[in-house]
Amino acid sequence: MNYISLKNNQTVPISSIPELDYSLFLELNVFSLIKGTGSHCVNYFGFPHAGKIKLICCIADDELNAINILSSIVDAKQPLPSFSKQNLVFEKFEREIHENFGIAYTDHPWLKPVRFPFNRYKKNVTVADYPFFNIESEELHEVGVGPIHAGIIEPGHFRFICNGEQILHLEIQLGYQHRGIEQLFLEKKKLLQRITLAENIAGDSVVGHTVTFVNLWESLCNYQPGRDLQLARTLALELERLAIHTGDLSAMCTDVAYQLGSAVYGRLRTPVINYFQKWCGNRLGKSLIRAGKTNFPFTNELAAELTGLAGEYEKDFEEISEELFSMPSVLARFEKTGVITNEQAATIGTVGMSARMSAVSRDIRFSHPHDLYPELHHEPVIKNHGDVHSRARLRKKEIDQSIGYIRQMIENLPGNRQEDTGLLVPSPNSFTISLVEGWRGEICHCAVTDDNGELIHYKIKDPSFHNWLAVALAVRNNEISDFPICNKSFDLSYCGHDL
Amino acid sequence: MLDNLKILFHQGKQYIPDVTIAKVPGIFRGRPIISTVKVDETELMEICPTNAISTNPVCIDLGKCTFCGECAMAFPNKVKFTTDYKIATNERRKLIIVEGEDEPLQLNAELIRTEIQKCFSGSLKLRQVSAGGDNSCELELNACSNVNFDMGRFGIDFVASPRHADGLVITGPITENMARPLQICYDAIPEPKIIIVAGTDSISGGIFEGSPALDRSFLSKYTIDLYIPGNPIHPLTFINGVLELIKKRR
Repeated sequence: MNYISLKNNQTVPISSIPELDYSLFLELNVFSLIKGTGSHCVNYFGFPHAGKIKLICCIADDELNAINILSSIVDAKQPLPSFSKQNLVFEKFEREIHENFGIAYTDHPWLKPVRFPFNRYKKNVTVADYPFFNIESEELHEVGVGPIHAGIIEPGHFRFICNGEQILHLEIQLGYQHRGIEQLFLEKKKLLQRITLAENIAGDSVVGHTVTFVNLWESLCNYQPGRDLQLARTLALELERLAIHTGDLSAMCTDVAYQLGSAVYGRLRTPVINYFQKWCGNRLGKSLIRAGKTNFPFTNELAAELTGLAGEYEKDFEEISEELFSMPSVLARFEKTGVITNEQAATIGTVGMSARMSAVSRDIRFSHPHDLYPELHHEPVIKNHGDVHSRARLRKKEIDQSIGYIRQMIENLPGNRQEDTGLLVPSPNSFTISLVEGWRGEICHCAVTDDNGELIHYKIKDPSFHNWLAVALAVRNNEISDFPICNKSFDLSYCGHDL
Repeated sequence: MLDNLKILFHQGKQYIPDVTIAKVPGIFRGRPIISTVKVDETELMEICPTNAISTNPVCIDLGKCTFCGECAMAFPNKVKFTTDYKIATNERRKLIIVEGEDEPLQLNAELIRTEIQKCFSGSLKLRQVSAGGDNSCELELNACSNVNFDMGRFGIDFVASPRHADGLVITGPITENMARPLQICYDAIPEPKIIIVAGTDSISGGIFEGSPALDRSFLSKYTIDLYIPGNPIHPLTFINGVLELIKKRR
């Protein structure tokens, strides 16, 4: 066997990851480990290693619940054949490696900047110099949108090439939100600082990213979280899904001018995020998740309140949803708008909701379960059409499912919390990978430590990293006026992508 | 139609009748009170992830604080976070809470430019720019205009074009990549105009302070009219802060 097979949240010595010659590394990753949609690349990154670049590629085998890992050491000055030429799912990962270290790929189809990080290889190229694709034609025109958008949302530039009102091509340029988070993970040494960083990766996925970090950190410190911690994390993940999906349905109603739906879903989100505040003092769940402990135990009173909340929420949610999904003026805008086919989703390697809407079953809760998910026996919700309507229905179904899980979990609350053994120190010379299914899709964090157990590399991958290309493809041949609803129905993260 | 009316009826009244006296549910962490009890101050200072705590005397800088509450949990006799959400002010130094003090935060009326109440007291249109914001302050700013908080009732709205705006609301630590778009947006707003910085990241850089990916030079060029602390800001903090800023004073 030429690769090492890990479970989610497993720590191994870095030396146990096989180091292969680049050509074999390419061949195994591209042709052996990726087999159809039953396996996919969860992370592929490089970091400086003794004057060269060490590449680590993590391919998840979703059927065998394993993550297969390989590495290769390459010289940054040596041009390499790309993975992307063979399989497009590696496209952005290789662009990132190129941008960070200057590795030239001889046959990459789209070797463009990803986010213009402060420590990029080509310092003289700035965010204003992005090389947009263009078409010489007297019949076509370009529309540039952003980086600052009309609403209160994050910045990113969208460049459309249109034929009349119809979108022929969209290119999305990101990087405006780059804050240098991965580097800060290495520089800020206190655990609380790192948790705070994890909480600030993406404010709509606070719980998702923080649970990924603490699961990784606890594994790295060889700490087994008690059942009460696992319950709180699973519960918080499902509550976050409930809150953000509800808010997204509200925003989708806004974009098709269904005012009542917008108002009702909007106000239904309020008690859910206020519940986070009652639990931990913050409406988005910041300060709730901590490594090796919790500052806010989930009490019986909180459980009782949550039961009440779920009941009240469900009544109004079902009523408005029934109306929304039977209203002709809404369906006319939702159906067959912004389609990603099953084939496209598989080709570009979408994850999370953006995969499940196009009948690609990809869900970490099912394939690599962590915390209490093994007990919930999660079955992913799958939709087939890949349009705005599928994305809306998927949210509705996942909300129903989340409420079911929340009820199931608070039915058997664990007893008093076990004695706190405290966190140990991180293992030296180790590699850890942690995967969590946030509401948007899979979040993956990887860490590498040195002789003293200090972090030498921290890699964050938000699901948006895979999925932005899907937005660009979905709007093709749609009217440009449908762009807002297409974009909102994906609701991808800018800051999670830009880091 | 009838179904829609039925749904409307089932919602009841959702708006907060008076946002200036509303109570926040649960254990919200707002303005802290620091007692004069003697504790190991170095240890207290060390807890803070963003160096918001300083000593001699013990102070918490709300412009740096992430409101995680860890200091209050470690030293419950020393630090206590109250549910007072009215923590916006127009003077940077007022955000520093000193031990032994328990005064509500207020705006310094003398620093408010006369044109603000003259031009904006009945209507204020704001352009928001996220410059590296993590989308949490952005979510809360959107919430300001939802049916619960309904900021529009005071004539305060967010608008799409800087040309239609009376001011700028900045969130995020201001990344190098957003520095120029932010400047262009500000320049496009007609005079007179105000600047509001919302959220810890925006006021001080927060956990991102010192990151080489930031360029915060914009903030040192202009007068900041309002600081709104929070990680993220609470809609009630924002609405009350802005109302205080634009209210008619004699």
